[in-house]
Amino acid sequence: MGSVEETMNRFKRVFSISFTLALVLIMITACGQSPQSSENKIFTMVGSSTIQPLAEKLAEAYMAENSSVRVDVQGGGSSVGVKAAGGQTADIGMASRDVKESEFSEFPNIVVTVIARDGIAIIANENVGVSDLSLEQIQKIFSGQIKNWSELGGADAHIIVVSREEGSGTRTAFEEMVLGEDLLMTETAILQPSNGSVRTTVSTTPDAIGYLSFGYLDESVKAISVDGVAPTEANASNGTYPVVRPLNIITYGEPSGDLKLFIDYILSDSGQTIVGDEGYIAVN
Amino acid sequence: MEKANENIKSASLSTTDREALHESKPAVQLFDMSGRMVMDKTVKFVLFVSAILSIIIVLAIGFFIFRESLEAWTQIGFTDILLRQVWRPGQEQFGILAMIVGSVAVTFGAIVLGVPLAVGSAVFLGEIAPKGVRSILRPAVQLLAGIPSVVYGLFGMVVLVPLVRQINVPGNSGFGLLAASIVLAVMILPTITSVTEDAIRSVPDDYRSGSLALGATKWQTIIRVVLPAGKSGIIAGIILGIGRALGETMAMIMVIGNSVLFPKPLNGNPLTMFLSQARTLTGNIAVEINYATGVHESALFATGVVLFLLIILVNGSARWLINRQTQIQTTRQG
Repeated sequence: MGSVEETMNRFKRVFSISFTLALVLIMITACGQSPQSSENKIFTMVGSSTIQPLAEKLAEAYMAENSSVRVDVQGGGSSVGVKAAGGQTADIGMASRDVKESEFSEFPNIVVTVIARDGIAIIANENVGVSDLSLEQIQKIFSGQIKNWSELGGADAHIIVVSREEGSGTRTAFEEMVLGEDLLMTETAILQPSNGSVRTTVSTTPDAIGYLSFGYLDESVKAISVDGVAPTEANASNGTYPVVRPLNIITYGEPSGDLKLFIDYILSDSGQTIVGDEGYIAVN
Repeated sequence: MEKANENIKSASLSTTDREALHESKPAVQLFDMSGRMVMDKTVKFVLFVSAILSIIIVLAIGFFIFRESLEAWTQIGFTDILLRQVWRPGQEQFGILAMIVGSVAVTFGAIVLGVPLAVGSAVFLGEIAPKGVRSILRPAVQLLAGIPSVVYGLFGMVVLVPLVRQINVPGNSGFGLLAASIVLAVMILPTITSVTEDAIRSVPDDYRSGSLALGATKWQTIIRVVLPAGKSGIIAGIILGIGRALGETMAMIMVIGNSVLFPKPLNGNPLTMFLSQARTLTGNIAVEINYATGVHESALFATGVVLFLLIILVNGSARWLINRQTQIQTTRQG
């Protein structure tokens, strides 16, 4: 009898014992950690998941040349990047969109540096017959006014819109440049939490359309030309491709000392070569 | 009289015996005891601390989420958060009604799909399966509980979503409540199965013998006697399953579409509501917390408070039912 309760009690006992063990382990590891050697300069970079892979490559290259410096790169999103730099919880914040007025008024001391530019590509599933759209058509698709591919010269199929979640730097930049001030993203859009999962969703869902950073563009999806201009680095850097945003790093006050050296490196020729290699547009 | 005397004698004898034992034992034990006592007390203390710690942690989490959500409750307002369905942080609109409905709808779907399966397999395991079969089947069901939820999500995304998309309704993307409900139904299967099986096993064998003796078949016995007798336990299992379903995050994010939509039918058939995309309370927090600042962040904590209260309510009622079940059995058997 009462075996339901017995099971519950057994669960509780096992839980409390394992919990105690876990606590003890945590304490032991906490005590065992040696203080980090003070010779190394450690910079932390926090923010946009779009800039993160680029920042990691830049950090790697810089650390290879300067063994006394360590750069830690973490994601979190553009807003987190601005907040971290403004609140001085990180040395460098990363934001893949313009810094907002409200953020400047909250953190008046932040300094924004553009380290690269990035195009946002419109992508569709391979089964979609349309390969060129005007900016206005894209606007109408993502705001929900055009609902069927037949209205755009494609097959009679419902358009499945894939977008990023609210607050994402890529989405914010896309909304600014494509939707403008007055239009809102259609509420039936499927929301995916990263560039990678937008690509997977669009590539596996027939009739789907979405957008992502140039750096994530690959063969699994169809890249849509905007007003006849293909989403390529060349078209983005010569200014013909219309959907291009800045990739920013943010510091608390003007960077100085070792931090300045690192940022100078990013903006130098060798830093900007890495920017180009990673599929972004160099700023020169 | 003689008997009474004898009784007294034996009683007095046994008292002296006991005293003798008492006197002799401490002498031996005292030596032993000091070490064991220290051990005993230490273990008692450690266990006490860990028990207290978990209570403190729960309270601290509750307090922390609530404190962080205060800004949202005061600035946006209670009713505007709970009763409005427009969630557009960019426009300072923070209604979570659509997500409450999303969480409830997907949980409902999971219960409808999962409970018959779970109760069915529990009845099979507890009443019908021979020992050999049971020894393979039970670990297999338990194994489901050990699969990480991201793997469920991946399975849902790659296998279920394309299957659901085959249903030919305009606007059906495959992502949505149906796919999410199926994934959740499998995820809550082990919880409900094991609690239900326990409840069925705790039904006294006399009930079964009585029923069979009255001429009932095995099926009649199960459906009319065993299941009703284990009812509270089975309901408790279902409620624990509901709690698990409400809290599931990763797998939901991957298959439900995450659109902030009040689930509505896609065409005239009301069942197509389950093809609609939705967002759960858990998904809302997980998807947006990375980007949230200020009131937006606080509104996500408010979402957490609502979720926390929902789950406390659900688990509380499960506890209450389990207690009632044991009480009923104790009184019946006593």
